[in-house]
Amino acid sequence: MAEYTIKVRRFQPESGEGPYWEQFNVDLDPSLSVLDGLLQAKDKEDGSLAVRCSCRAAICGSCGMKVNGQSTLGCKTQIGEAQEQADKMKAATGVSAAEADSPIRGEGSDLGSADNPIVIEPMGNMPVIKDLITDMESTHWTKIRRVTPWLLPHGEPPEREYVVDPESMIDITQSMACIQCGACVSSCLSMEADPGFIGPAALAKAYRFVGDPRDAETEERLHDLAEDPHGIYDCTHCFSCIDACPKGVAPMDQIMRLRRRAGEEGIEDPNSGHDHEMAFVKIIEKKGTLDESLLLQESFAPGVKGKLKPSKRAIKEMLGSIPTAIRGIKTGKMRSLPKLIPGVHHKLPGGAQDDVQAIYRHAETHNEEFNLYIKGEEGELAEDDVEKGIERSTEPAGQEASNGQ
Amino acid sequence: MASENIKVAYWPGCVSRGFTPELHGSMALVAERLGIELVELDRANCCGAGVIAEHNQELADTLNARTFALAQQTGLSMMNICSTCQGAQSECQQRLDADSAYRAHVNEALSGQGLSYEKGEEGGWTNKNFLWLLVEDYGLDRLAAQVKRPLSGLRVGPFYGCYIVRPKERLGYNHFPDRDIYLEKVIETLGGQIVEYDGARKCCGFPVITMNRETSLRQAGTHVGDAIDAGADCLVTPCPLCHLNLDMQQPEAAKVVNRDLGLAVLHLPQLVGLALGADPKELGMGKHIASTRWVEERLTSGVAA
Repeated sequence: MAEYTIKVRRFQPESGEGPYWEQFNVDLDPSLSVLDGLLQAKDKEDGSLAVRCSCRAAICGSCGMKVNGQSTLGCKTQIGEAQEQADKMKAATGVSAAEADSPIRGEGSDLGSADNPIVIEPMGNMPVIKDLITDMESTHWTKIRRVTPWLLPHGEPPEREYVVDPESMIDITQSMACIQCGACVSSCLSMEADPGFIGPAALAKAYRFVGDPRDAETEERLHDLAEDPHGIYDCTHCFSCIDACPKGVAPMDQIMRLRRRAGEEGIEDPNSGHDHEMAFVKIIEKKGTLDESLLLQESFAPGVKGKLKPSKRAIKEMLGSIPTAIRGIKTGKMRSLPKLIPGVHHKLPGGAQDDVQAIYRHAETHNEEFNLYIKGEEGELAEDDVEKGIERSTEPAGQEASNGQ
Repeated sequence: MASENIKVAYWPGCVSRGFTPELHGSMALVAERLGIELVELDRANCCGAGVIAEHNQELADTLNARTFALAQQTGLSMMNICSTCQGAQSECQQRLDADSAYRAHVNEALSGQGLSYEKGEEGGWTNKNFLWLLVEDYGLDRLAAQVKRPLSGLRVGPFYGCYIVRPKERLGYNHFPDRDIYLEKVIETLGGQIVEYDGARKCCGFPVITMNRETSLRQAGTHVGDAIDAGADCLVTPCPLCHLNLDMQQPEAAKVVNRDLGLAVLHLPQLVGLALGADPKELGMGKHIASTRWVEERLTSGVAA
């Protein structure tokens, strides 16, 4: 048993007051969870402390929250580890979360350990209903519904169930692992800047259907997701959702799969995401390293030199980048021809460019995707599986299958 | 380990020789002063920045395997100076290391060039950002001993760049759990004062600058503004792509967040260089868009906070 101080961001709409922090002292084994700590505080100190939970075993997805700023499940975070994290950040930054500007209530604020409490907040990017309970409906579920999260098969339904080859479903098992907890939505840095972004959970769900061989409207789905300016090309690659997800769904990876599929369909999007991708890929093929000015030009107006009329967006974006370029010329940052004139950038030296091009030719005929979630690491089981004693479903390597009993 | 000479295969990346040339220059200068020998990989290629992987994962893996193989030919471990290179290359390396059959498949594409990427023993062959190398291999004690002009009173906000902090599992946090507080450690070692603010480990917005300019610039502008409000004299970043959005685009970001900004953003080697006594001009600080004059004044006047 050990003593911990948890500092909870609380809010009761009926009080008419704003949110405030309250500290509770709890006493439990370090291996128990942050959720256990909250439930002890609720049980012993304040029954009005509102927290949503059910299974307490990272299965139901009810207790999404932020622990020391990290979006996660309260039941999947050990309280001892949460304390270590709080201690580490305090030691590194000299800043304790207790120095936050909101008033602090509760007896914990009188105690020594209280200068470095575990900070618990409701999930981000969604409204708070009460204390740690957020409104999943207005954000998470609305966005999930946005992607038509059900199968759209064509033709007469079969008499019994739809039969598919199990192999063809492996690709989407990762996105199917989602438990709809909202931790990824809470963590999404793109959504923080653009609340309209469809977001990680819904896009991972979208891939679950795009990748399903029974679905007949894959192309329509991809058009819809790529052509929405807040769709797949609005993700900033920040990896927050990957670290937040308690089930290894890696929503960002699913978004990148959607981009790949949309690219293969040749879908042009209003964000020029596909043009940007293609420009990047072609520049490296030709030059080996990045020609930044050519990337800018080609992202907005691919093949502009050969076009009489670049699009309105291209003209606007190119004009918009002029002040930045002028500033760069003034300071000397961009004062060289290759940086100013698209396409002047040098190739790799001494035949190295040919080597890069040979790689392109090889990869174009393969384009293999190696999915670690599915294949696992060679010769060892994933930690989770060892804990649960579960054998991997896909048996990628012989060794693994025999070790997995 | 800390007293040994450090010699690394050096991958400078694209942007450090493109729109942030001051990074490449300041790294060379600082490496010399620290006694880190850099063997530049001038035949290596772009890491793909996640964009090539989005297009064709095997292409990205093979391109980076080529860079790793070139580095391995020198018999040295590899160092990069870009969070994005670190993240994109670690992603490919993770897949290559996970499976010998896949590695052999990728190496097949390299065989015509006489190259092959070999998985190192645990910790045997590494690719580390300068930040990681500085803390883990060079050592903070050794760095402290090199400080000629402590950054006394300089209030520095760390800005990591997503690719070097997430995903933790891929980036070796199991073995090096403190990698997300190294900037703080370096700032402290150099005698500076750490400014903690909301954006230190958030996204600069750069990856969507061409796709969703407003979202991108709002991210950059918000973080710069938060750092100013927290009292920062400057930011420091190990990522030149973050630098593009935080510094080069700062005047545009200011328009989007509708406030005055004007905060110097230093590359990590520049901050180290200042503490080693290098001249701000030699470190290319005059090339920045957001003026670094305030930083220089604070250092020369020796004003304590």
